[in-house]
Amino acid sequence: MKHAISDVLTITKRQLLQLARVPEILVFSTIQPVMFVLLFRFVFGGSIASDQPGGYVQLLMPGIFVQTVAFTLASTAIGLAEDMKKGLIDRFRSLPISRGAVIIGRTFGDALLNILVLVVMALAGFAVGWRPTSGILQTTLAFLFLFMFGYALSWIGILVGLSVKEARTVQSVGFLVTFPLTFLSNAFAPTTGMPRALQYFAEWNPVSTMVAACRQLFGLENRFGATADSWPSQYPLETSLFYMVLLMVIFIPLSIRKYKNFSS
Amino acid sequence: MKSVIAEHLVKTYSKGEVVALNDLSLDVEEGTVLGVLGPNGAGKTTTVRILATLLKPDSGHATVAGIDVIKHPDKVRELIGLSGQYAAVDETLTGWDNLVMFGRLYHLGRQPSIDRANELLERFDLTEAARRPIKTYSGGMRRRLDLAASLIVKPKILFLDEPTTGLDPRGRQDMWGVIQDLVKGGVTLLLTTQYLEEADQLADEIAVIDHGKVIARGTSDALKKQVGGERLEITVENEDIPVAQEIVARISGNTTHLDLRTISAPVLTGSVALMETLRALDEAKIHPLDIGLKRPSLDDVFLSLTGHVAEEIVEEPIKKKRGGKK
Repeated sequence: MKHAISDVLTITKRQLLQLARVPEILVFSTIQPVMFVLLFRFVFGGSIASDQPGGYVQLLMPGIFVQTVAFTLASTAIGLAEDMKKGLIDRFRSLPISRGAVIIGRTFGDALLNILVLVVMALAGFAVGWRPTSGILQTTLAFLFLFMFGYALSWIGILVGLSVKEARTVQSVGFLVTFPLTFLSNAFAPTTGMPRALQYFAEWNPVSTMVAACRQLFGLENRFGATADSWPSQYPLETSLFYMVLLMVIFIPLSIRKYKNFSS
Repeated sequence: MKSVIAEHLVKTYSKGEVVALNDLSLDVEEGTVLGVLGPNGAGKTTTVRILATLLKPDSGHATVAGIDVIKHPDKVRELIGLSGQYAAVDETLTGWDNLVMFGRLYHLGRQPSIDRANELLERFDLTEAARRPIKTYSGGMRRRLDLAASLIVKPKILFLDEPTTGLDPRGRQDMWGVIQDLVKGGVTLLLTTQYLEEADQLADEIAVIDHGKVIARGTSDALKKQVGGERLEITVENEDIPVAQEIVARISGNTTHLDLRTISAPVLTGSVALMETLRALDEAKIHPLDIGLKRPSLDDVFLSLTGHVAEEIVEEPIKKKRGGKK
C-alpha cells in the first residue's frame, strides 16, 4: 500500500516535471480557453441578448470553464496514447509497480494541470468583467465541481487512450466526443432555440447540468438556456453530482481492467 | 542452471491469422549471453515481450529465474531489466529526471535513487548531458540512457531487444562495449538482433529464429560448422591455374572450384592443409597472389538455414507482418 501511493505520486510528479521542463505545455493548455473567453465575450457577447445583470459574460464564463475541463478527456487520452507509442508504458509495465499506478498517476497529473488552467481562466474572466456574486464558499464549491468533472472525464480519456493506439486518432476521437458535448449544451447559447430533439439531449447533457450548476453556485439566476421545468434544470447540482459518480463508477474499473489486460 | 526457459510458446494475432510465435522454445544458461537472431517479423520482439511479462502467450510456458512469467509476473518484474527497440523514456524530461523517476518506481528511497542515477549517468558517459531533455540526445545517447534505466536495480537477468537497431556504426560500437562490460559483471543476457555480426560479437550461444520458430541453435562456431567447415582459397596467376588446381585437389582430397583466378576447396583441418599447400606451391615455383582459409560467415549460416539472406528481408517494409509468411 505504501508503495502503491508512492508509485502514483512518482507518476504524477513526472507530469509536473514536464510542466517545469516544458512550460509551453501550460501556455498552450491555457491559451485556447483564454482565446474562447475573449472571442465569445467580444465577438458574440454583444449580439447574444441576455437579461442577466452583468451581461453575457456572467453566463459565458461557467460555460467556458466546463468546456475547458471537458477537454481533459482528450488531453488525458492523447498523453496516454503518446506514452504508449513511445514504449514508455511498456517500460512502466515491466517495473514492479502497483497495478493501476501509471493511469491513476496520470489522472492526478491532469487534474493538477486543470487547477492551474482554471486559475488562469478565472483571472482572464475577471479581466473581462466576470464577477461571481455568491460568496467565497459557493464559488469554491463551483470550482470543486469543475475539478471533479474534469477528473471524472479523464477516466474516459484513459479508456479511449488505451483503446485507440494511434495518438492522432485519439486526438480526433477526443474532439469528436467533446465538441458535440460542449456545443449541444446551454454553455454558449440558450437551448430553447434548438430543435426539440436536440433540446432534449442538451437538457440532459452533463455539460449542461454542470454549466447550470456552476451558474447557480456563482450566484446567477438559472434561466438562460433551460426549460425551467425540466428535471436536470431544476436540480443541476444533484444531476451533475450523479453524473460524475456514475462516470467514475463505470470508467475507473473499466480502465484499470483494460490497462491490466492490454497487450499490443 | 537455466535462468530463462521458454517452452512451446505460441502467439497469434488477428484471431490466429498472423502467427508470431509457432512453438518456440529456448533457454539461457545462467551468466551467459543468448543471441536471438532473425529478420524483422521473425518473432524476436514477441518472445522478449512474453518473457518480460508484457504479453501473454496463447499457449506454452516460460520461466525466468525459475519463476513462472504468466503466474507471477510481479515477482519476475523485480528481477529483470528490459530495454527495447525504442528508447522508452520520457523525452521531455532530462536524463537525470528519468533515472531518478525509475529509481523511485523500483522503490529505492529518494537519496538512493539520486545516487544511483548519478552513478549510472557517469558510467554511461552521460554526466554532461544529465540536465538536458532527452529530446536533445543523439540516438546512441538515448539508447544508453534507456539501457541505464533498465539497470537501476542491478538486474541479474537482462532482456535487450535490438539494442543497436538504427544506430550509426560508432553508436553501435559504443553500445557493444557497454554490453560487453555488463556481461563481464555476470549478468544473464538475452539479446535479440537482426545483425549477424552483433550476435557473433556478443553472444555465447545463438538461436536463429525464423517464422516464429527456432530453426538452429549453438555457438557461433558450431553453427558455422553446421553449414560446412573451412574452405581453402588461393588466387594465382592465370598460367599457374592448372598446376595449382592439381595441388589443391590432391591436398584437400576434394574437387576444386574455380572462380576467375581463385581456386577453392573444402578442407578438413585448415591449418595443416594451408601449410602443405604453401609448401607444394613453393616447390612448384608458384607464387600465390593470395592464400587463406575462409570460414563461413553467419550470413552463410542464415542463407543455408532459411533459404534467404537475413539482410535482404530487413530491407523490405514488412513492419506489421509478424512472421505470417507461409
